[in-house]
Amino acid sequence: MSATATMVERPPPQARGWPRRRIAGYALVCLWILFGAGIVSYLVIAWNADFFAKYAPAYLRGLGVTLALVSISMVLGAMLSVPVAYGRMSSNRILSGLAYCYVYFFRGTPLLVQTYLVYYGLGSFRVELQSVGLWDFFKDAFNCGVFAFSLNTAAYQAEILRGAIESVPRGQWEGAASLGLHKLQTLRKIILPQALIVALRPYGNELILMVKASAIVAIITVYDLMGNAKLAFANSFDIQAYIWVALVYLVMVEILRHGVEWIERRITVHLKR
Amino acid sequence: MRIALRIALAASAALLTLGVAQAQEKTLRIGTEGAYPPFNNLTADGQLVGFDIDIAKALCDEMKVKCTFVAQDWDGIIPALQAGKFDAIVASMSITPERLEKVDFSHKYYNTPSALAVPKDSTLKGVTKEDLAGKTIGVATTTTHFNYASKTYTDSTVKGYPSSPEEQADLANGRLDAIEDDIVVLQQWLDSPDGACCKILGQPSPQPVEIFGPGAGIAVRKGETDLVNKLNTAIDAIRANGKYKEINDKYFKFDVYGAES
Amino acid sequence: MPAQSIWTLLSWGPDGWLDDIAYGALITVALALATLPIGLTIGFFIALAKQSEESSLRLAANIYTTVFRGLPELVTLFLFFFGMPILLQHLVRYFRPDATIDVNSFVAGMIVLALIFSSYASEVFLSAFRAIPKGQYEGGYAIGLSNWLTMRKVIVPQLLRIAFPGLENCWLSLLKDTSLVSVVGLAETLRNASIAARVTKHAFLFFGVASLVFLGLAVLSSFATGAILRSLGRWEAQR
Repeated sequence: MSATATMVERPPPQARGWPRRRIAGYALVCLWILFGAGIVSYLVIAWNADFFAKYAPAYLRGLGVTLALVSISMVLGAMLSVPVAYGRMSSNRILSGLAYCYVYFFRGTPLLVQTYLVYYGLGSFRVELQSVGLWDFFKDAFNCGVFAFSLNTAAYQAEILRGAIESVPRGQWEGAASLGLHKLQTLRKIILPQALIVALRPYGNELILMVKASAIVAIITVYDLMGNAKLAFANSFDIQAYIWVALVYLVMVEILRHGVEWIERRITVHLKR
Repeated sequence: MRIALRIALAASAALLTLGVAQAQEKTLRIGTEGAYPPFNNLTADGQLVGFDIDIAKALCDEMKVKCTFVAQDWDGIIPALQAGKFDAIVASMSITPERLEKVDFSHKYYNTPSALAVPKDSTLKGVTKEDLAGKTIGVATTTTHFNYASKTYTDSTVKGYPSSPEEQADLANGRLDAIEDDIVVLQQWLDSPDGACCKILGQPSPQPVEIFGPGAGIAVRKGETDLVNKLNTAIDAIRANGKYKEINDKYFKFDVYGAES
Repeated sequence: MPAQSIWTLLSWGPDGWLDDIAYGALITVALALATLPIGLTIGFFIALAKQSEESSLRLAANIYTTVFRGLPELVTLFLFFFGMPILLQHLVRYFRPDATIDVNSFVAGMIVLALIFSSYASEVFLSAFRAIPKGQYEGGYAIGLSNWLTMRKVIVPQLLRIAFPGLENCWLSLLKDTSLVSVVGLAETLRNASIAARVTKHAFLFFGVASLVFLGLAVLSSFATGAILRSLGRWEAQR
């Protein structure tokens, strides 16, 4: 970074008294505090030991299912994203065309539709799937969820990977080539370490999006966190079923978000001066 | 705390006043599911049809009110009633103690038993807990059948579906070993080409009234005694004047009303 | 049900489902278009608040985005769709005991989608704000423009240009997120497709058609945004 950036700008003097924006700010913060207090007091008033005893273990089990679904899909998606990203960057017209269509389809349609297509749609092809021995896999709703989610996240992850690799200047390739490194070595030792720093934040965002999107498998009979919340709501008609689940998701997402920021700070230490 | 709560409510409500509509007094809005043939179903031109719909229309004629129908997914149908999205549910809803805590019911307008269906080549012999141990049973959630299955078949996996057609499709394609549902609904499906795969296995017995209730009634918001009374009078009237029998015979070869209450 | 050919199922009219799905597509587009201006406006003000010197405003805006980006869209939707009418009902009963209130699924969907859209759009606006050098504001003030005029005449035109690609992504997400509202019963594309799938048992066919509708809308949007970008370019060149 240049010397000008180190020149510290004097912070603007704090406004005194009550300018309009401060009134607005305090009012909004108060609104949030009231909102939070409202929810907390609702949960206190509506505290129902039976509800908790009955559904808390189910929520925990659901959390396990959600985490398993997201982590398996993320890993499978990451593996699948490599050939797709390769196809996207390939100079072969057919290969790049195919990869482009794949990415466009999975990013252009809602994950909900893709999940329905896999679960209910493939259900109509039972005979065909059975003859190739794939039916046992698609019989299970969880597997269908993993399948749809992996394909979906692979498309997004391929784009992240491609963007990150292309963000590394061409000079790096040329430099490595002039040192006599072949392409794979260059990719592994020079390009990827730099690309991954760029890709970390998008990957983190994708992980968060997957955690949130995983709620939709509840609709295809998987009892994940959301599935158990739906069941609890359906049996009790008590809105706190959704309030609790909202809090769990919020905490999960915040942990992930701060985790990614922490890792980013750690691995970019060498870039700070 | 109460005051804080009220202020919080007021504040969040202020954000939402947009789109709030006052209900019309004269028309009765009736909520139904539209995925439970032959009782209620949707057609390709968006019409609601079925026994429930015809009964509701007959009741409206009898009460001399104008009725409109709203299709609502089953698992949100009671919350939607409470939220004022419609005024009555005519959707083959069984009168159960749990539901009576949330809504009021008219008298029953029909009562049919629960049954289990299995693939034709199934090796299952009976419908007891032991028979179905280790099997996967599909049931539509928030139904009496679901409550019964999850209380009874504790050694089986009970999977909840949003509505009956989904559970039927998954029985047909082999994802499920059995489904539990209303016997009339099952029979209607088994008689169609899609149901050719499967057969009725049997009826659970006994069918406890604390789970299944005395039959299907019309649900209204709590405290609307006026509407309940009007509905009850109308049910008795169409039972007496032959209108009920006419509708019954249009759909069924037997009397779905069940024992006189 | 008699066996019907695929073409009958996909025909227009009382026996086919194409008209239902087309109508659903119309609702999808209407919902997304109705949400857009609300979401953009809220998002813009959230971004303004986030880069304000006033720390309470920043805090309020940060809570907003944390909540609505942290909650799954489906959970937010359920909370609003089932929770809000009950809250409103309690509230209105204080004033008029016999009133009933209905927040229909279109409005509930619009509010929830606007909340989600605005919290993502605010990030886009925020980074666009940061890309505009301070000198632009100072220049505006130096020639005697008020705060508001500087914003309108100097900052916003540049801001839109910088934020455009990011907003395009937000729009595409919004278009896809409308499908979630099907779960609370709005008769949009996906819901009509799943009713068709349920009634006819041709699940793959109708969900396939639904995905084609969304794909078509995405292609249309990219044409539209391309045209907007070109006209923006021309408009800038003329000045």
